[in-house]
Amino acid sequence: MGKTLFDKIWEKHVVKEPGAGLSVLYIDRHFIHEVTSPQAFAGLKKRGLRVFRPEQTIATADHNVPTLNQHLPIREELSRRQVETLIQNCADHGITLYGLGHPYQGIVHVIGPELGITQPGMTIVCGDSHTSTHGAFGCIAFGIGTSEVEMVLATQCLLQAKPKQMRITVDGRLKKGVVSKDAVLYILSKISASGATGYAIEYAGSAIRSMSMEARMTICNMSIEMGARCGLIAPDETTFSYLKNRQFAPKGSDWERAVNYWKTLYTDSDAIFDKEYFFDAEEIEPMITYGTNPGMGIPVTGAIPAQETLPENERKALAKALAYMGLKEGEKLKGKKIDYVFIGSCTNSRLEDLRMVAQLVKGKKKAPHVEVWVVPGSKQVEAQARAEGIDKIFEEAGFQLRQPGCSACLGMNEDKIPAGKYCVSTSNRNFEGRQGAGARTILASPLTAAAAAITGEITDVREWLND
Amino acid sequence: MIKPVAQPFTILTDTYIPLPVENIDTDQIIPARFLKATSKEGFGKNLFRDWRYENDDESRPLADFVLNNPAYKGSILVAGKNFGCGSSREHAAWALADYGFRAVVSSFFADIFKNNALNNGVLPVTVSEQFLQKLFTQTAEATLTIDLSVQTITLNTTGEQEHFEINAYKKTCLLNGYDDIDFLLSLKEDILQFEKKHSYGYEKENHLAPRRRDWP
Repeated sequence: MGKTLFDKIWEKHVVKEPGAGLSVLYIDRHFIHEVTSPQAFAGLKKRGLRVFRPEQTIATADHNVPTLNQHLPIREELSRRQVETLIQNCADHGITLYGLGHPYQGIVHVIGPELGITQPGMTIVCGDSHTSTHGAFGCIAFGIGTSEVEMVLATQCLLQAKPKQMRITVDGRLKKGVVSKDAVLYILSKISASGATGYAIEYAGSAIRSMSMEARMTICNMSIEMGARCGLIAPDETTFSYLKNRQFAPKGSDWERAVNYWKTLYTDSDAIFDKEYFFDAEEIEPMITYGTNPGMGIPVTGAIPAQETLPENERKALAKALAYMGLKEGEKLKGKKIDYVFIGSCTNSRLEDLRMVAQLVKGKKKAPHVEVWVVPGSKQVEAQARAEGIDKIFEEAGFQLRQPGCSACLGMNEDKIPAGKYCVSTSNRNFEGRQGAGARTILASPLTAAAAAITGEITDVREWLND
Repeated sequence: MIKPVAQPFTILTDTYIPLPVENIDTDQIIPARFLKATSKEGFGKNLFRDWRYENDDESRPLADFVLNNPAYKGSILVAGKNFGCGSSREHAAWALADYGFRAVVSSFFADIFKNNALNNGVLPVTVSEQFLQKLFTQTAEATLTIDLSVQTITLNTTGEQEHFEINAYKKTCLLNGYDDIDFLLSLKEDILQFEKKHSYGYEKENHLAPRRRDWP
């Protein structure tokens, strides 16, 4: 029987199989940030341990940093102390840190790929659930807790049970105005927020193959929202051309050898998955969410489901979610007035996302009642956006271009959406209070978010696009 | 020598706190604004913060939230399916442990949360949806007995019992209060040997900077 892409990468990283169905898995790359690492370093200290392979860990500050005036000391004391702790820990253990002020600083899942640190065939972990993003390069990449961060720092290994495997095939062409974020929100609406728990997902099919690396990252990023351990896409020419000449990508004759190896990373035609889903790209419309988990999505022109159309056990959850969101069953959201637009997060803050938004809003102005924040994924994204004049387009549109960080995706720094306000957000989670206590999040693509910023209401962006 | 790092888990009999909500994500268990600490202590007071208090005000507890109902006590939380989904924050497990929970019962757990709980001596017990719904219909005096060694959970008022699954290695760790780091450290030689042959054929060594050869 053939092997899956996941099998091939997994097997190459098993140090030992100690029994009980567990594998000691070697980790090639480890990303850390200020929020989920301090207790891991404290744990090492308590045990009298040093970091085993500091050269395989890369740090940045992203979750808890301000997105304005990053050159000034962080005002909030606890946040400042957390960032200072990261700086100290990296210095003590010889770990490379791309901290505030560094030209490579940014959201951990944006900088890894853009620096070429993320490469096909690797195992990659980070104390952040959206580590699944890196799977777009054909890696096994997954989020871990702080105890596991400590294990990787101490031994470069983790003890893991091999997950089951799922393949999601999306064939066909995405229609105009429909982008990869819509595709993943669509998949989520079909298989639910727990539909892939216990699985590693491989995304395949002609629609996935025709996507850029940025678009693939958006898909893999939201694998965790289906509960999946990770999501991955076999590397191909798109992957190779993205990586070529990046800072930490192989160079010279190493490059040829690397590409030769990467070309062996695919699922054999006779490999068998534990579960398979097939979707038709043509059926996907621009998507928005109406509820409080990312699986609660509908087409932008659709209506919120009515109670009686749902199975008994889901009705209570719908009622709770709609009470929080201030929405009604059966209601259509198109034309609904909104208050905030957030364009950012590890899901949609890359240059391609910003270009997409700029192209749509060029020469237009935001609705007067809407506050619009654009938070680039990294200093490099920010610099390139400025070089291309995207900053001017945003300024004229009344959009605030801020500095890189996780920002309003998780409401940890000052960038919070006030209670009761509606925010169309390109981020990944619409949980209660995620963007601030009482905040009401509507997840959408960068295109749909940009259109909402201009009209001040939920808008079908397809009406703006020429054929 | 492996030393216990957490309180061993053997048999637990206690009343339980029912929270019949599905898809409870870790942002609800501990909101992000409380993740600024650099230690593991003290998260319990902010457990389910935004479900416990009106407008974040501790003087205005929300009466209909179960943690604010004095009738319900105990070191076992019983929650709806897909508990712990979303963010990987281990702070969620720390908050549950710090509040005094030693076990969480649900019909389905998110993967990362399950690992985080196990790594902190909090036992995730997966039961059938039917058994779970039964637990939600009992009075506040009902007790559960969770026996890790034989992997059973019993509703003592009715005698109904279910077997639950747990990885054999993780079970040993919990019964003894061990954690994975000690185990991984004991594999030093295996890891060093593995590194010698772990190559992609295009880099002499697979890392960003020259590698040290010692085990620190």
